[in-house]
Amino acid sequence: MTLAEMSSNLLYVAFIAYLIATFVFGGAVKGNKQGTFKSEKRWGIAAITITLIGFAANLGYFFTRWGATGHPPLSNMFEFTTAFGMTLVGGFIILYFLYRTPVLGMIVLPVALLIIAFASMFPSEVSPLIPALQTNWLAIHVSTVVIAEGILAISAAAGLIYLLKVVDLTKKSKQRFWLEAIMYSLVLVVGFVVASSFFSLTGYEAEFNYVDKEDNEAAITYAMPPVFGMNEYVALTDDAMTPLVETPAMVHAGKLTTVFWSVLFGTVIYWLIRLIFRKRIAGILKPFVKNVNLQLMDEINYRAIIIGFPIFTLGALIFAMIWAQIAWSRFWGWDPKEVWALITWLFYAAYLHLRLGKGWQGEKSAWLAVIGFAIIMFNLVAVNLIIAGLHSYA
Amino acid sequence: MENLQCQCGHTNPPGTKLCESCGRSLTEKEQNSKLVDMRYEGTARRSQTYNKSIIDKIWNFFSSVKVGVSIIVILLVAAAIGTILPQQAFVPASTEATIKDYYADTYGSVGRVYHFLGFHDLYSSYWFIALVGMLAISLVIASLDRFVPLYKSLKNQRVLRHPSFMDKQRIYAEGPGAEDTLLKAEEKLKELKYNVRTDKNGLLAEKGRFSRWGPYVNHIGLIIFLFGVMLRMVPGFYIDESLWLREGETRAIPEVPGYYLESKNFELENYTGEDGEEVFGEALDRVGTVAKNYQTDVILYQKAEEALPGASDSQEAVGEYAIRVNQPLKFDGYAIYQMDYRLDELKAMKFAFTNKETEESLGELTIDLIDPEKTYELESGAKVELLGYYPDFSGFEGGEPQTATPLPNNPGFLVKLTTPETPEGETSFITIQNTVEPLGENDYKLTFQSVETRDVSGLTVRKDSTLPILGLGGLIFMIGVAQGMYFNHRRFWIQQKADGTILLAGHTNKNWFGLKKDLDQVVDYASLPAYTDQQDEIDKKEKAEKEGEALS
Repeated sequence: MTLAEMSSNLLYVAFIAYLIATFVFGGAVKGNKQGTFKSEKRWGIAAITITLIGFAANLGYFFTRWGATGHPPLSNMFEFTTAFGMTLVGGFIILYFLYRTPVLGMIVLPVALLIIAFASMFPSEVSPLIPALQTNWLAIHVSTVVIAEGILAISAAAGLIYLLKVVDLTKKSKQRFWLEAIMYSLVLVVGFVVASSFFSLTGYEAEFNYVDKEDNEAAITYAMPPVFGMNEYVALTDDAMTPLVETPAMVHAGKLTTVFWSVLFGTVIYWLIRLIFRKRIAGILKPFVKNVNLQLMDEINYRAIIIGFPIFTLGALIFAMIWAQIAWSRFWGWDPKEVWALITWLFYAAYLHLRLGKGWQGEKSAWLAVIGFAIIMFNLVAVNLIIAGLHSYA
Repeated sequence: MENLQCQCGHTNPPGTKLCESCGRSLTEKEQNSKLVDMRYEGTARRSQTYNKSIIDKIWNFFSSVKVGVSIIVILLVAAAIGTILPQQAFVPASTEATIKDYYADTYGSVGRVYHFLGFHDLYSSYWFIALVGMLAISLVIASLDRFVPLYKSLKNQRVLRHPSFMDKQRIYAEGPGAEDTLLKAEEKLKELKYNVRTDKNGLLAEKGRFSRWGPYVNHIGLIIFLFGVMLRMVPGFYIDESLWLREGETRAIPEVPGYYLESKNFELENYTGEDGEEVFGEALDRVGTVAKNYQTDVILYQKAEEALPGASDSQEAVGEYAIRVNQPLKFDGYAIYQMDYRLDELKAMKFAFTNKETEESLGELTIDLIDPEKTYELESGAKVELLGYYPDFSGFEGGEPQTATPLPNNPGFLVKLTTPETPEGETSFITIQNTVEPLGENDYKLTFQSVETRDVSGLTVRKDSTLPILGLGGLIFMIGVAQGMYFNHRRFWIQQKADGTILLAGHTNKNWFGLKKDLDQVVDYASLPAYTDQQDEIDKKEKAEKEGEALS
């Protein structure tokens, strides 16, 4: 077994361990009918042990891959997103040992699973580093950022649990709508994973030539049936489906097609769940959070941010600026990734001022934490895949 | 507004909520509330006190947290808008008109609107810079408004506070005490690293006051950072030049007096997938070529100090260096970066002077495409006069040959060929693979023999003297954040009345759990009366009332 093979096997081990731990944490919460600490503890110990084993395997993946490639595995979409899943679990482990709350594991681990599954939809072969990335700052800057984002995401998990408990699902309200919207968007990620896996297992491929926005001839390979065709497309694969709509050059129809299929699969899965359980997804989770201590969740929400915010400042702004000065000759250039790091930072700064200065605690804080996570995910997914810039390493 | 006279005799500035000396509530609102508002110690903040003059109004506007957060949110949204389409700096167009056309052509009406609103250069627009300026003003004013009174108040703290101050603290206890209670409490609190001061029948124990300065320290850091950014507008602090350097060429470094740079070689290396790179084979197959290294090997020269200007032989080599991405050449506060390149630029062209009929050569000549000579005399007596040179020939305009750029991408030569046999000369216009004879059929021609090429390095010359200031700002910010977030300010006031009754009050700016843990130890050791968390009591009562309402 080569180092690279060992690395990907360790990632499987971690994935499966997190999957099992999710259910054991669920058991710890659900089995605790009395709402006492003692009955949670027994299951909780088993669950955190499995999580720790998974995390050890995950770290094993990380360092064996580092060994195999000769550089820290933080250089493309697959590697960064996988690392984000790992630091999310790492952040959870820290806060679990501070507050011993199984319910947090029940929410964080499936999200981490989703993120790792999402990551593995991207090309995962080991790739060489372009000159701009050949420096120790890659390890320093990116690892600090990914650790900070992992910890910040925990605040969103605590916020989500808070909302699941306090939002009244029996009455129609904005809160009920948006809470379900969060659940729906998580299911859309499942949709993306299922759609990508389905079409890649069935070996779907369709090649096209098209004219890009600079009026140059270009080629594209669709991995999903082309619902949207590129600007002035010409099909090269004979039996490929004819695109239903041709888009103008500024729209990347290939990406739009991926989004289309993800939303389609995700929506079908979402309604299947609704039909089977005859409840909103938030409603399915509600019984699990019945005994949650709201004050504690609010505290975790805040604690995660005050741990994560300084680390984020250090990694995503200070280290980023130092490296940018060395590699690109300027510490700041308004590259989209830089701008979104600044936006994330400003957002958490606003959170802290609202919380400490205006007394926004509890539910308001919980909503803000969830929005913060949405911004982080936007920076990870949309800025890499949609908005072109110096950081588009996917 | 008038000063406020407290019952204890102390005169407080207008706007004070809690007497600076004894802590009695001075406003009706404070007197009626169950717990006092301890934020900023009940001191008079300018923004909460005056609202008459225009200066008051401006001050009050910028000192508000609500306004500060609003500015942050507006900045955040504006920054996001700037990423919808690429900024003009990332667009392949350089003049006002071509940039405008680029947005319209590439993004249609969306692009036209985006450009019309000025979003293509959003981050250097006046309104965006004004927003950042407002944020800076808000940072300064909001900090001063809070810091000054808070600092004064904490500096002049009295040990003995009025009972009405103590019983309105969140942590409060009252009950009988022993004779040595105060002494033992003092002993234990000192053991817990509290600073303890005593006065008559009371003590004040305090720990971690410095954490209260955290927010102001981090704001100072941000102000220093923004000041540093502003400084680069001042001439001399900041240089940003580009330098295209051909292999073998020596040029003066722009904006860097006295220094010259010679390029020995430019090298572009790609990953091969061999020699230890086999592990990348799969990735290379998928994406094609991946660059491994961009490198310019240079010699840096410095003009000797006593040399006259323009004397080229007075340069002294400082050293030989390799400039690579992530490894700029640094000297004397300047840095030179490997940013760009052009491969295989034409350097020189070699021609043979031939008789068209006999194909006999009268000799060869090499024309340097950057610095061509006026005439080339061959040994055979033949002569080539360069009447016109068009490095990037783009066609004729009114019979005149034109050049698109000064770069030798498509050189064109207007030459006059003379030989001893044809002393009056023949004119021809030569471009790559094409010869035009505008004044009639010639007997002689220049036959293209070979071409020499070389690579060009695109270097950036940079000096940024603001970097230490920015670094300092960042460092102070981080210290301030850690100071304010990871430490907290804890205080206990203990008094023993003449009849032996103990009054105890505790306050912290955050982490009540930690405060209670400390207090539990002191209560145990010094047998203080049991304390209550009055906030919890209030919450419980409210909850019970709510449930009562729901039941009825």
